[in-house]
Amino acid sequence: MNRIQELFKLKTRNILNVYCTAGYPQLNSTLPVMKALQDSGVDMIELGMPYSDPLADGPVIQASSTKALANGMTIATLFEQLRGFRQQIHVPVILMGYMNPVLQYGFEKFCQHAADVPVDGLILPDLPEYEYENEYGAIIQRYGLKFIFLVTPETSEERIRRLDSLSTGFLYAVSSSSTTGKDKDMNAVNNYLQKLKKMQLKNPVLVGFGIKDKPTFQQACEHANGAIIGTAFIKALENTPDMEGAVKKFISDIKS
Amino acid sequence: MTNTTTYQQPNEQGYYGKFGGAYIPEMLHRNVEELRSKYLDIIYDPAFQQEFRMLLRDYAGRPTPLYHAQRLSQQYGTQIYLKREDLCHTGAHKVNNTIGQILLAQRLGKKRIIAETGAGQHGVATATVCALKGVECIVYMGEKDIERQAPNVARMKMLGATVIPATSGSKTLKDATNEAIRDWINNPVDTHYIIGSVVGPHPYPDMVARFQSVISEEIRWQLKEKTGSELPTHVLACVGGGSNAAGAFYHFLEEPTVQLVAVEAAGHGVHSGLSAATTQLGKPGVLHGSKSLVMQTEDGQVVEPHSISAGLDYPGIGPLHAHLFDSGRGAFLSATDEEALQAAFNLAKQEGIIPALESSHALASLEYLNPLKAKRSEAPIPANAMITKDSVVVVCLSGRGDKDMATYMKAMDMK
Repeated sequence: MNRIQELFKLKTRNILNVYCTAGYPQLNSTLPVMKALQDSGVDMIELGMPYSDPLADGPVIQASSTKALANGMTIATLFEQLRGFRQQIHVPVILMGYMNPVLQYGFEKFCQHAADVPVDGLILPDLPEYEYENEYGAIIQRYGLKFIFLVTPETSEERIRRLDSLSTGFLYAVSSSSTTGKDKDMNAVNNYLQKLKKMQLKNPVLVGFGIKDKPTFQQACEHANGAIIGTAFIKALENTPDMEGAVKKFISDIKS
Repeated sequence: MTNTTTYQQPNEQGYYGKFGGAYIPEMLHRNVEELRSKYLDIIYDPAFQQEFRMLLRDYAGRPTPLYHAQRLSQQYGTQIYLKREDLCHTGAHKVNNTIGQILLAQRLGKKRIIAETGAGQHGVATATVCALKGVECIVYMGEKDIERQAPNVARMKMLGATVIPATSGSKTLKDATNEAIRDWINNPVDTHYIIGSVVGPHPYPDMVARFQSVISEEIRWQLKEKTGSELPTHVLACVGGGSNAAGAFYHFLEEPTVQLVAVEAAGHGVHSGLSAATTQLGKPGVLHGSKSLVMQTEDGQVVEPHSISAGLDYPGIGPLHAHLFDSGRGAFLSATDEEALQAAFNLAKQEGIIPALESSHALASLEYLNPLKAKRSEAPIPANAMITKDSVVVVCLSGRGDKDMATYMKAMDMK
């Protein structure tokens, strides 16, 4: 069974998924950061593959991508770093990135290598459902990878159902229509999450965008299975001399 | 709409051959879908057409002349006609599209307009129509371009627009486009994004091409008046994203006797490392919401192009043009910074017209297409694209050169 499914079987509430950028803050930080996250008790890791033009991300995550690229991070290097990583990392890992670098790497080769290391799922925000169904979904499924679609408060109910039916790991509920790293009106977020909950979707729902600390995490978890933290975590890694300490403190502040 | 593609008409998913589509994050879906489902009904509504045509005529100054450039014709031993988009209000063809899109935005009930700009021409054209309609206007512009294009920044501000510097990535046009898209993601209800070229997710490439198609619509009847035939043998236009080329080619796309010649910016030379010749250097990829040819590293990171002309300084190309290149329907040439400068000075002296640096690239390609001059092109030129004394060549003079005077003055100083 896929690690994502196993996780949701064992745990359906307060799932903490943390985003980190591969190759940030240093080229070889990828595994140590993931290890520190796992040791601090996160349930799942979303590993960002840096891209020059990350449309769905805000300035903090883009800056981490720019730094990672300057550090020399590439998809090929990432797969090198991930070789044998399952000896250390047991939590589900989802690769998040944009279509262009994946297409250059070769879409099928990418899926094959992702399944080989192995990671558990993919988030490609600029792969729309039409292209997924028409061409890419079959390749992703052939290699046993889960694929996670995003929904937003602007997504119609009919479309939420459709994206839920296509999603295979969980459904990523963007808390409001925005890029990552913006503060949100949590009341509006609550109403939206309640609506999702009432729809009794096939997939578990994790909430992302605007989740930055204990109160926002807890609030998101009231109506969803868990939440994803990105920007706030990347900020916590900025200019810290003690990465492990920073990770431990950040996660324990949220889980305490 | 059908699911077969013609050169003019992408399929229902916005594909021209292998290129196009809508590779957008879910956060943009509602806005793009709203546009996709409504744009054709809105723009072919008679009331829309009436207002659009009225503004093109009375406000933008259309039709722009088709001018038989006699001395230039003599110089190249053929018949050359200049489509004078430089005489449009704001000094370039960009206003054709912004007039169309502001009318569309109003009919969609949008209260706030955003745009990206490189050299500032599209920013000025957007700020202009927003002033005309009393709508809030925010223009994203790379921090580096703001420094390089001060007069256009001042024009936008005088027209009431807010100019926001794009400080991410390479701080130029592609990053300004990213920031505009992010703004749209963050303002999903009241905002319309006026993209300035035939790029972006479907339906933008098709919509912008339709608004710019007035250029070739006019060329046809103007040429008929002058020569008795609606069809030239050649249409030449510069290509960055490709909006003036799309407009100049549009009504000739399905006329196989008309040679369509697109001229990209070679910068210091196609293989110099400082170039913007996307069809020569790019590979298929996804940029700003569509699949097209993209200049990128082996790892799929988008690279920063170079051209002396800020309007051609873009690492992608519209999907229509990628398809024209891929299918062989269009001949794609390139001209270097130096060749464009020479062509600009030549037109000034021969015809008394100071062209924009962008348009000068199209003029520079005359050197390659003329068998008497026989300048060797870095890209192979199909034999039937060459011009003869019997050719009727229309060059789209997309903009005027006032904005480029600093560059021209520097070139004069160096002589």
